[in-house]
Amino acid sequence: METEMESAAPPDARRQPLSEGSEWTFELLDVYDREIARVAALYGLDTYPSQIEVITSEQMIDAYSSVGMPVGYHHWSYGKQFLATQKSYQRGQMGLAYEIVINSSPCIAYLMEENTMTMQALVIAHAAYGHNSFFKGNYLFRTWTDAEGILDYLVFARNFIADCEQRHGEAAVEELLDSCHALMNLGVDRYKRPARLSMAKEQARQAEREAYLQSQVNDLWRTLPAKQAAGQTKLATRFPSEPQENLLYFIEKNAPRLEPWQREIVRIVRKIAQYFYPQRQTQVMNEGWATFWHYTLLNHLYQEGKLTDGFMMEFLQSHTNVVYQPPYNSRFYSGINPYALGFGMFRDLRRICERPTEEDRRWFPDLAGSDWVKSLDFAMRNFKDESFVAQYLSPRLIRDMKLFALVDDDQDDKLEVKAIHDDAGYRTVRQLLADQYNLGNREPNIQVYAVDIFGDRSLTLRHYMHDRRPLGESTPEMLRHVARLWGYPVRIESVDQNGVSQQLATSEA
Amino acid sequence: MNRLVDRRLSGKNRSAVNRQRFLRRFKAQIRRAAAEAVSGRKVADLERGERISIPAKDLSEPVFHHGPGGRRNLVLPGNREFVSGDRIDRPEDGGAGKGSGGSPDGEGMDEFVFELTKEEFMDYFFQDLALPDLVKKQLAAAPEVKKARAGFVSQGNPSSLHVVRSMKQAIGRRMAMAAGPRDALREAEAALEQLVAQGLGASVEADELRDEIEALKARIAAVPFIDTWDLRYAHRVDQPTPSSQAVMFCLLDVSGSMDVGRKNIAKRFFMLLYLFLTRSYERIDLVFIRHHTVAREVDEEEFFASRESGGTVVSSALELMHEIILERYPSASWNIYAAQASDGDNWDNDSPRCRELLLQNILPLTQYYAYVEIEAEEPQSLWHEYERVKAASPRFAMQRILTLEDIYPVFRELFRKKVA
Repeated sequence: METEMESAAPPDARRQPLSEGSEWTFELLDVYDREIARVAALYGLDTYPSQIEVITSEQMIDAYSSVGMPVGYHHWSYGKQFLATQKSYQRGQMGLAYEIVINSSPCIAYLMEENTMTMQALVIAHAAYGHNSFFKGNYLFRTWTDAEGILDYLVFARNFIADCEQRHGEAAVEELLDSCHALMNLGVDRYKRPARLSMAKEQARQAEREAYLQSQVNDLWRTLPAKQAAGQTKLATRFPSEPQENLLYFIEKNAPRLEPWQREIVRIVRKIAQYFYPQRQTQVMNEGWATFWHYTLLNHLYQEGKLTDGFMMEFLQSHTNVVYQPPYNSRFYSGINPYALGFGMFRDLRRICERPTEEDRRWFPDLAGSDWVKSLDFAMRNFKDESFVAQYLSPRLIRDMKLFALVDDDQDDKLEVKAIHDDAGYRTVRQLLADQYNLGNREPNIQVYAVDIFGDRSLTLRHYMHDRRPLGESTPEMLRHVARLWGYPVRIESVDQNGVSQQLATSEA
Repeated sequence: MNRLVDRRLSGKNRSAVNRQRFLRRFKAQIRRAAAEAVSGRKVADLERGERISIPAKDLSEPVFHHGPGGRRNLVLPGNREFVSGDRIDRPEDGGAGKGSGGSPDGEGMDEFVFELTKEEFMDYFFQDLALPDLVKKQLAAAPEVKKARAGFVSQGNPSSLHVVRSMKQAIGRRMAMAAGPRDALREAEAALEQLVAQGLGASVEADELRDEIEALKARIAAVPFIDTWDLRYAHRVDQPTPSSQAVMFCLLDVSGSMDVGRKNIAKRFFMLLYLFLTRSYERIDLVFIRHHTVAREVDEEEFFASRESGGTVVSSALELMHEIILERYPSASWNIYAAQASDGDNWDNDSPRCRELLLQNILPLTQYYAYVEIEAEEPQSLWHEYERVKAASPRFAMQRILTLEDIYPVFRELFRKKVA
């Protein structure tokens, strides 16, 4: 790849580096932060205020094992994560991530004390300006998460769950959390916009909600016979009237045997799943955006003569490692590297704006020659991985990455190469790669289909098959989790493309 | 606008609770793994952490995921030789980029491996042996310390106030503080005497001198008799007590009937005694004696390794032990402990001889002699003879053992002595 962007002009001859050595101090961190902020403002990056915290590697392992949440409730799975991280760190199998950042306001970014000044500057640029501006700008985060409320909500959740452990025993809470965690991915609203989170509101509404919910549930499960009208109503009161995509929401509102505190915990897990949902949908964009900006900002400072050559060497080495994409047949291949793809795409976008080729003009007539800062900002704000790839992946990048598409069909004894990086294949490769980032394709589509409210109260889930792909071997165990929450038998059926359903498994409560 | 916060000093063990929950939830698996780890260790090598590995499937966190089958599209990077329409054989392991659901951790390993700390590991060890809490505490604690004198310091608690030192200090200070005024007083008194001698005893000067003398006397009197900075306290420092040496004899029957399971129990038995000794003695020698019809001193590997067929003559081991004591471990400078494990078989005529050897030669030299019979059937002659030994000597303990929990009672006496 060429380095067309910054290397053209030699750095300012009157160079005055911010620092020389690799040691960092708090004064230096402050100096670098101010300089990076100044340059970020030149490019119009809009960020939440950030809080940069210096921590030790042990604290980083802690932060790591609680998905970066600064406050979390207790659960063994976080302990497992902690042990796994600690082990591989101690054996030197992996370096720790240089940074963790979560979308809260203020945006908290962690720096490890062991890092050199170069790495600290890289992380500040990457997390406190790159990710931070993405969290503030991207439409998914804007609509789905409330950066100001999340820390309060996490505190509320932790206290509530600790309280439940006191009142109902750790074992009962743990069981419930196990089942909720298993269903976490099915606990998000994909289309409806959620309400904002805030601790004050949550607490105020919680008691009210408890009483109200219980009365609702009781009504649905009224045991007094309503014989007279039963004839007509039985058909009419199909429940739920439409299939429900959000399993945890459905359980929270309708499971007949949950206690009010259990409903609240289901709700907490659901809310946290919802909070992380945008993260899962924008991995490529988010990392690509942050990587693009640490690269751009630090190069800008270098051009101004504020960074030494040694600094740049260290920075570039680490940057290159991050954006390396091993080929599919390499020992190190483990899927497409989101940093590589995201960084490649944003960089390519800038190129298309600044130096479009004939091909770019054909593919991106609106982009070619436009103001790159504005075009990138627009792309960052209005897309998620799936649509971002579908919209912006250029033939040039497909060629650079040598992307190709395979079809793996169990009715065919061989794999077929469907398209490669040539004129005939660009659109197909782009479309298929975009599909690969569609969470709806990656995860099975499972919905609440029916509840037998007049009979044995059993719950029926339906799995709508995509490309004939069946459910995996975890299904019976998963059904046990659903049944634990529902309290009555749970069934699951798979529906294929022709609408024919097939019963897969049943679990007694 | 941005804030820099130094968080390095604020709580680092945020995950400790979650870690404990993990350990508690998988107690059974970890306990099994820890037990296996104990068998793999040397008798003297108990006090360190351990790598524990438990099957990853036991602790998976399931999610709904796709299984193999159906039709799927993959986009892969780094194409080298393919053109569209190529048909390729499926790779053996199920195809590149597969395994979408498989392991939700992204850790494709069958075993989940992690480290137990020394304390946690010891805990599992103790749990197996059903040790009372008090004993556990005693064993798990750092070696006991004794307070030793280490001069005097100017700060301490009232109970260690050293009166003589403090008074010495006070005398010195009083002399120093009063020295100036005393000189002045002496001069003033001399001057006054002179005036009086000259008959000017009623003059103004004499009155002034008298006032000065009064003032000086008051100043001298005002020097405090004792003051806070005179106080001296006896200083004591912690000195680890174990200062002597011990030798521990491990006697093991290796005749045909001692299988691996019995040997493992025996090993725990030796470990526990060793652990106890490390708390009380600075230096511990281990002597391993294995015997069937003849006894031999061996190293630890060989000790637990093979077994041999044939009869059993216990006295051979006791004789060897006695010889070694006389030769290398004079009881004047060594504390001698012995642990014997056997399945109870002995040549009938040999058992009375064992009793004699113990009572006359060995027990007078040893601190404690513990005997266990592991998974024995009916008590045989050896057991009966040993019962007579037990009646005759308080330093002898014996126990029949079926499971690990039965080991501790053998040492009950030993530990009680320490606890008291």
